[in-house]
Amino acid sequence: MSSITPADVEVGAKGDGGAPRQPGRVSLGGLSLNLRSSGIYIAFALIIALFSVLTDGALLTPQNISNIIVQNSYVLILAIGMILIIIAGHIDLSVGSVVAVTGALSAVLMVNMGLPWPLALLITLVAGALIGAWQGYWIAYFGIPAFIVTLAGMLLFRALTLTVLGNQGIGPFPDQVRTLANGFTNGYLGNIGLGPLGGADLFSLLIGLVAIAGMFASQWRSRNARKGYGQTVEPMALFVLKLVAGAALILFLVVQLARFKNLPWVLVLLAVLVLAYSLMANRTVFGRQIYAIGGNLQAAVMSGVKVKSVVFWIFVNMGVLSAIAGIIFAGRLNQAGPTAGNSFELDAIAAAFIGGAAVQGGVGKVVGAITGGLIMAVINNGMSLIGSPSERVMLVKGIVLLAAVAFDVWTKRRAGVSR
Amino acid sequence: MTEHILRMSGITKTFPGVKALQDVNLSVRRGEIHAICGENGAGKSTLMKVLSGVYPYGEYEGEILFEGERCEFGSIRDSERAGIVIIHQELALSPQLSIAENVFLGNERAKRGLIDWNRTNYEAAELMRRVGLDENPTTAIADIGVGKQQLVEIAKALAKEVKLLILDEPTAALNDDDSAHLLDLLRGLRDEGITCVIISHKLNEVTAIADSVTIIRDGRTIETLDMAKDHVTEDRIIAGMVGRALDNRFPPHEPTIGGEALRIEDWTVYSPSQPGRKVVDGASLTLRRGEIVGLAGLMGAGRTELAMSVFGRTYGVNISGKIFKDGKPVEIRNVQDAIRHGLAYATEDRKRYGLNLIEDIKRNISAAGLQGLAKRGWVNEYEEYKVAEEFHKSMNIKAPSVDSVVGKLSGGNQQKVVLSKWILTEPDVLILDEPTRGIDVGAKYEIYTIINRLADEGKAVLVISSELPELLGLCDRVYTLSEGRITGEVPRREATQERLMHLMTKGQE
Repeated sequence: MSSITPADVEVGAKGDGGAPRQPGRVSLGGLSLNLRSSGIYIAFALIIALFSVLTDGALLTPQNISNIIVQNSYVLILAIGMILIIIAGHIDLSVGSVVAVTGALSAVLMVNMGLPWPLALLITLVAGALIGAWQGYWIAYFGIPAFIVTLAGMLLFRALTLTVLGNQGIGPFPDQVRTLANGFTNGYLGNIGLGPLGGADLFSLLIGLVAIAGMFASQWRSRNARKGYGQTVEPMALFVLKLVAGAALILFLVVQLARFKNLPWVLVLLAVLVLAYSLMANRTVFGRQIYAIGGNLQAAVMSGVKVKSVVFWIFVNMGVLSAIAGIIFAGRLNQAGPTAGNSFELDAIAAAFIGGAAVQGGVGKVVGAITGGLIMAVINNGMSLIGSPSERVMLVKGIVLLAAVAFDVWTKRRAGVSR
Repeated sequence: MTEHILRMSGITKTFPGVKALQDVNLSVRRGEIHAICGENGAGKSTLMKVLSGVYPYGEYEGEILFEGERCEFGSIRDSERAGIVIIHQELALSPQLSIAENVFLGNERAKRGLIDWNRTNYEAAELMRRVGLDENPTTAIADIGVGKQQLVEIAKALAKEVKLLILDEPTAALNDDDSAHLLDLLRGLRDEGITCVIISHKLNEVTAIADSVTIIRDGRTIETLDMAKDHVTEDRIIAGMVGRALDNRFPPHEPTIGGEALRIEDWTVYSPSQPGRKVVDGASLTLRRGEIVGLAGLMGAGRTELAMSVFGRTYGVNISGKIFKDGKPVEIRNVQDAIRHGLAYATEDRKRYGLNLIEDIKRNISAAGLQGLAKRGWVNEYEEYKVAEEFHKSMNIKAPSVDSVVGKLSGGNQQKVVLSKWILTEPDVLILDEPTRGIDVGAKYEIYTIINRLADEGKAVLVISSELPELLGLCDRVYTLSEGRITGEVPRREATQERLMHLMTKGQE
């Protein structure tokens, strides 16, 4: 089986009765564990630093940050759904085609049929759910591997896209939809001077401050609750350090965006989705069951998890998120086209794996998948800023994907966790 | 030097939390059949894994001398190159490939990278003749019985020019005829000069075939006996294996038996893989509150199948029969129903069906009872931690914290996590399938104490075990199962190993 390092033997506690709970060792173990799972965030920071230098700071200018977010929002939305599917031990190859067909459907409804945009939006989301239900049925209840079902779906829904569109693009979209995909919050409260940084949108800054306050409050409450239940918490200094770092990050992002054109609407949407899905994955029975299924399917069945229903619903969820991504992508281009969403599935899958998902399932985080997606986004953007040809960008992305998974496999082997 | 083909000395192997082997010595003479005996978990298989390089050099302490040379095997390939081949309990054959392909798997008869099929099949037929296997070399493994598959494994070893053949429980899954044939074959191989090491629980076979026997207990070598010189009998081996008074292996327990908790009537289950075969045949049994009931049966008698089919129909097809909970008929269609009606089933195969090995202790404990820790679908993580911490203490789970990953725990501690998981669902009836399999002796005692405690809390406990002493020491009443039928019901004071064994083999004509 796997090798056992001296550290592991220590963790395993020799038969000396009871559990030694020396605070020093626990917090030390916690820290080393954190280092392992936070490798991805360190890598992200390094990549940003690297491209900041290579582009003479162009990477982090207000406009460029805004571009990175808006240009990659749909892949990030797909990555949220994809990570859940990968945690459960499945895969979805059809999301690119589903993006295309839902985008096309929304175009037909809004442009050709002239339906009011909120109604068209709703119908499109329901259609996404139905597509997910179709695939989820074959996978969960009929028992066909997801790889096959979604490979078939990739072809089916691309064919459907071409049929609906009749091989041509449909547009333009109503202004509201375009604003959602491409636009920014209005300067409701006017501008405020930030000294040498120039003018910035007050409303955006306030939203940023509210987000920071929310983060402080929830972290503080959770820390106190843990203490109340007698759990060990990280040292105060480390806790404060983490909060300050997080606050600085949000503040930097918001200030840069406020100096450009205010907050992109897709960023607001993304923030809500990331928050909601992170909570769902960690704190709900449904979310826990996804991890249980991916970690050991048989044990999940024998523990009373309704495996089929859980798998079915994560595919329905993927369909809905694909529909959201489809509308945003079409809205951004102001046209639903037959090649929309090509190879999006690969970007979403790569984001999940770069973000720390395990190939065998059972492991992964929503925030990790978003970070994985952003790493690829920054590489894309940074390399195009320094004028690299697209084949070189592809090469680097391939190497990053391989390296990330290799790192994951390597740390797991060193940790000596056998499956 | 020449007399001994193998000398292992001072072998010590540690797993997290358990010392599996401690200063073990083993000397095997050239051309003999050497048996290794010991209880479950004594360390026999671990010792063989050390020898064959499954645990590579550096992961254990001690020295291995084979043919007079020091060995530092890094993998199974290394030990096979030296001429040591191990045949495991679970056969390592590829079911869809032919006999000949399996015989030369990893050792293909090829010319310039292309398989030489004529030579493969011809040489396979030759080897099959040597082991007495009368089949066509091109027959698929899936189409021959377990006994013949065992012979294929031996042919495969012969193809590697084996000098030392190790067999781990070779007859465990075989019927009497196949066993007798296998033992004859081993005698023949010995006469050809191949040394055999055989691990077996069947002491009558050991006395019949072995030239010497080494007894291992609790990870230590107890003694090596020469069968002829020392006049070794089965009782002599048992004395060495047990080595301690039987009466302190089990905590004392006075049962307070209450009303009926679960009754199963006329329970019949068909095999999902072999249509028409009854795995459980009209079984009826009753469990009462506060009572520990045993279910004894040989391998393949249908014990686990009975338990799993009752626990939410997780095994079998065309299940018929009635289940009464607290005297009322209930319909249990799936695991959720079973849990809702207060049933819990702790599996015999912890790693496969019981635990999420990559997850931590607290989330494994909450896996089945998560609804009880949640409000409107939201899990109270603090409560979850608190509950896990309580089990950590009350069950004496040896781990630094409940955030420790379950895959790193020892077998005994993993079993405590499984039990905690089911206790959290607040069951009335617990079915424990081989609750002490692969657990060291000290932890067994703890598990027995926990089982007694559960009974004292008024729960009905059904213990399935292949170890008769365990059932005799623990249970208030024992059912025997043979070929899917309940063949007897014996109260504690009347139960003896002989009586149970007689009932367990009843009707096997």
